[in-house]
Amino acid sequence: MKKFGIIVLPGSNCDSDCFYAVRDYLEQDAEYVWHEENNLDRYDVLMIPGGFSYGDYLRPGALARFSPAVQNLVKEAEKGKLIIGICNGFQILTELGLLPGALMRNKNLKFICKHVTLKVEKVCAPFTSRLRVGQRISLPIAHKDGNYYASDAVLEELNRNEQILLRYDEDVNGSVQGIAAIISKEGNVLGMMPHPERACDSMLGNTDGMYIFGSVLDYLTKRGQ
Amino acid sequence: MENQQSPWKILGLTDSEYQEIIKGLGREPNITELGMFSVMWSEHCAYKNSKPLLKLLPSKGPNVMQGPGENAGVLDIGDGLALVMKIESHNHPSAVEPYQGAATGVGGIVRDIFAMGARPVVLLDSLRFGPLNTDRTNYLFEQIVAGISDYGNCIGVPTVGGETYFANCYQRSPLVNALCAGIADISKLQTGKASGIGNPVLIVGATTGRDGIGGASFASQELGENAEEKLPSVQVGDPFLEKLLIEACLEAYETGYVVAVQDMGAAGITSSASEMASHGNVGMELDLDKVPLRAEAMTPFEILISESQERMLLVVEKGKEDIVKQIMKKWGLRAEVMGHITDDQMMRIYQHGHMVAEVPAHLLADGAPQYVREGVPPKNLEQLRVLEIPSLALPEDFNAAFLSVLSAPNVASKSWIYQQFDHTVRTDTVIKPGMDAALVRIKGKKQAVAFTTDCNSIYCFLDPYEGAKDAVVEAARNLSMVGAVPIGITDCLNFGNPEDPVVYWQMKRCVEGIRDACEALNIPVISGNVSLYNETENGPIYPTPVIGCAGLLEDVSLFCTNSFKDEGDIIVLLGEDKGEMGGSEYIQQQYGLVKGVPPKADLAMEGELQDCVRTLIKSNLIKSAHDVSDGGLAVCLAECAMGGQKGFVADIETEERSDVALFSESQSRCILSVEAEALHDVLGMASTFNIPAHVLGSVEGKSVVININGREIINVPLEECMRHYDQGLLWSMNGI
Amino acid sequence: MKSHVVWGASNMAHANVYVTLKKDILDPQGEAVKNALHTLGYKNVMDVRVGKYIVLTLENNSENDINAVVEEISKKVLSNPVIEDFSFDIVED
Repeated sequence: MKKFGIIVLPGSNCDSDCFYAVRDYLEQDAEYVWHEENNLDRYDVLMIPGGFSYGDYLRPGALARFSPAVQNLVKEAEKGKLIIGICNGFQILTELGLLPGALMRNKNLKFICKHVTLKVEKVCAPFTSRLRVGQRISLPIAHKDGNYYASDAVLEELNRNEQILLRYDEDVNGSVQGIAAIISKEGNVLGMMPHPERACDSMLGNTDGMYIFGSVLDYLTKRGQ
Repeated sequence: MENQQSPWKILGLTDSEYQEIIKGLGREPNITELGMFSVMWSEHCAYKNSKPLLKLLPSKGPNVMQGPGENAGVLDIGDGLALVMKIESHNHPSAVEPYQGAATGVGGIVRDIFAMGARPVVLLDSLRFGPLNTDRTNYLFEQIVAGISDYGNCIGVPTVGGETYFANCYQRSPLVNALCAGIADISKLQTGKASGIGNPVLIVGATTGRDGIGGASFASQELGENAEEKLPSVQVGDPFLEKLLIEACLEAYETGYVVAVQDMGAAGITSSASEMASHGNVGMELDLDKVPLRAEAMTPFEILISESQERMLLVVEKGKEDIVKQIMKKWGLRAEVMGHITDDQMMRIYQHGHMVAEVPAHLLADGAPQYVREGVPPKNLEQLRVLEIPSLALPEDFNAAFLSVLSAPNVASKSWIYQQFDHTVRTDTVIKPGMDAALVRIKGKKQAVAFTTDCNSIYCFLDPYEGAKDAVVEAARNLSMVGAVPIGITDCLNFGNPEDPVVYWQMKRCVEGIRDACEALNIPVISGNVSLYNETENGPIYPTPVIGCAGLLEDVSLFCTNSFKDEGDIIVLLGEDKGEMGGSEYIQQQYGLVKGVPPKADLAMEGELQDCVRTLIKSNLIKSAHDVSDGGLAVCLAECAMGGQKGFVADIETEERSDVALFSESQSRCILSVEAEALHDVLGMASTFNIPAHVLGSVEGKSVVININGREIINVPLEECMRHYDQGLLWSMNGI
Repeated sequence: MKSHVVWGASNMAHANVYVTLKKDILDPQGEAVKNALHTLGYKNVMDVRVGKYIVLTLENNSENDINAVVEEISKKVLSNPVIEDFSFDIVED
């Protein structure tokens, strides 16, 4: 069993969705990690779930990065641990500087909740190995600040290093180059706006999220051998 | 002269109400006490014009654990679980400051639910606006939707459904009715009845400022030309704080030390404290110096009636207050002991060591006079109800007429609205917005719950009794279409000024209609809210008794949706058209008329129809089910087709005019799609239930094709239908 | 407990911090406001940028360089250097 730590910040609201996705569909250990936690050693993967940490006040993700657990997550990331930030988690990872760029208000200035089609840009071991390049998958989005921005220089680097994993098939929120998911240069930190944890159960009409979680599990299992 | 200046009149109390207060107190009230009475005896808190009518509604049933009277109603849904549900209006605040008005409306109803011990799991919103052709209406519309969106999304409670209608009467009196439901372990249910002499009273959450002072009395007055100036200070919502409050309160309940809890809504500390005391037959001593304030120099009057949001009042077991405070602190919340329970049923309020008010809790919370008024039907009613169909020219182009109904804002897709609401968070939303009813599962359990809100207020305008009946049966029918048994109703009764005999008559007839429909279908009304004085100088709104209904689906795997599934499936119409065009969307769109006799529901037949559809779903005999409502049969069929991205060909045999056959809104009808092999069994089941069934055609092709008596009347490509349906609302906003 | 902010006391200073999106970054809020102003007839409005205005009330001790502190806070917390610029002024009472 692999252990997934799900960081609970004041205002997180997808923490339980991540928990059930890991426990019930990936069938691995899921544990909530209170934001004041200092020791994150025991987890194989750390997740920052979606929500409105600290009310999204000031900027989405801006205040969460000062939480002890999030500070410790940075240290774990530097050691090479797998980190997954979804939605607000992605925003926090960019605020932390673990991922480049920033997530701005959607182009239409509104919250958008719907299923979107995503194009797989890159197959990489920890996160997308169960997918093929060019494959289309569908995942739900639910955000007001998902408009990815990075300077031209950063974009060039992202492309050169093949850090872009998923792009929106059509312009959903104004994201530059349709970017929906990226990884860090080292490849162990994933940030994505779509919600794979909301797409793991066939009763809800979509299981494409399991491609992501399944890839993570494959990687951990292989690495553990 | 003296009367004009009397303080009770300024505060909205009548002379006779003031005399009642003196009689109850045995003396004249001081200004603080008078302020408390003025908010507690307002229509908003005391229901003084509606209580006698509300008593008519059935509130008992096998599932009912708590009817009206608590923060929210409670239904037993089996397996040790309770469903807690309530709807509430926030019309007047939303008319003045739409964004905050709508947001705090959501916040308030959510607090009612977790005050009962339940985790809030769904929100629905029933909204009414003027036609989308003025800047002001567009502004109200966009801001109200944004307010709901920002608040509901932040707290992580999915908004899974609702309804939105547009009509002239709501131009300056928009309606914002928010419904919240939650799930609780029966053993963890909380009460609003204070008990335990000496137990401490804690105020938890936000600080108290001058927000919305007088909001309850404000909500009980008509909005005039200068409504913006009447509101002293708008309540501002903090959804982040609310989210913390939800988690902290639910954690505090786990300790078992919380004796009673109530949220602070209208009339703030005054109402929550006095209602808790009155319902628990105890008294309370409260020290206002302990209330965390955010404004300088607040008077006792202001502190007592402030409507600052995101606050709760908790009665905790004596000696355990520190444990509860510790939990609040963990969530970054303040909790202060501001008083304790006494045994003499008096509310005693202190500030700076002096008693500033001393009032019997019962008198304050439950002592307001009740008014039974005389109602009279409007003089022009008979004339309004005349609709001479033969005098109306048939449309030259039926395709165009059909598309104009499909793209009418009242019929068109509301995706522009619900895409701004997070409806997938919590990963329990099985049937999403845009269908007949939303279906929400409960993780780890077999059963699921379904929700809908319904009210066609044009029907209610043309016939309040039949219109209200239609609202109940449609709500129940919507639940039955997904397979769920309707088990409880929460109603939000929105009307004009009850002192107007016509409005009072509308109210009375609506309540009677709800009563009769509920009794026939066996659905209790477990909670609700009344919003009166919804009128401006242009007159009252249409009577708008919004029905929120919850249903129980025993086995979540046996649910049904409204969309056609497979090419070749047979389309079956259950029920009978009675050619009822009064108040229909078609008559409005095609002829610009709001006239006629609205559809009359046959309650016995309705019950059978719904039972029949639920049985068909349970037996796995049908692939889709969708009820016929606004826009009639043509729109119903088109919605099934668009939902499944499948065309169809239907043949209607009728002696009626073509437009009547297509667009009549007769009740107790639905469209099913059925596999050819199952048709025999489905028709057999319908006849067992004595429901007329007609095979209309089959799912095929990529167009919506409707023939009448063998002649093709409508033939529109599916794509064209979807363009009109999906864009209709946006076109309307942009004046297209 | 009341919060006793004593305005005008001699040992206080206020920092007004202005955070705006960097010049070359599309500001959809600004665009929306501009369009609304044009609709209302204010055709001479050429551009609108929406930002944040944050007021800090600070203890004004001689040992702290207020300028440096506000600069640091603005850079570290109040703005996101990837997309935002900031400026500030300090008003001593």
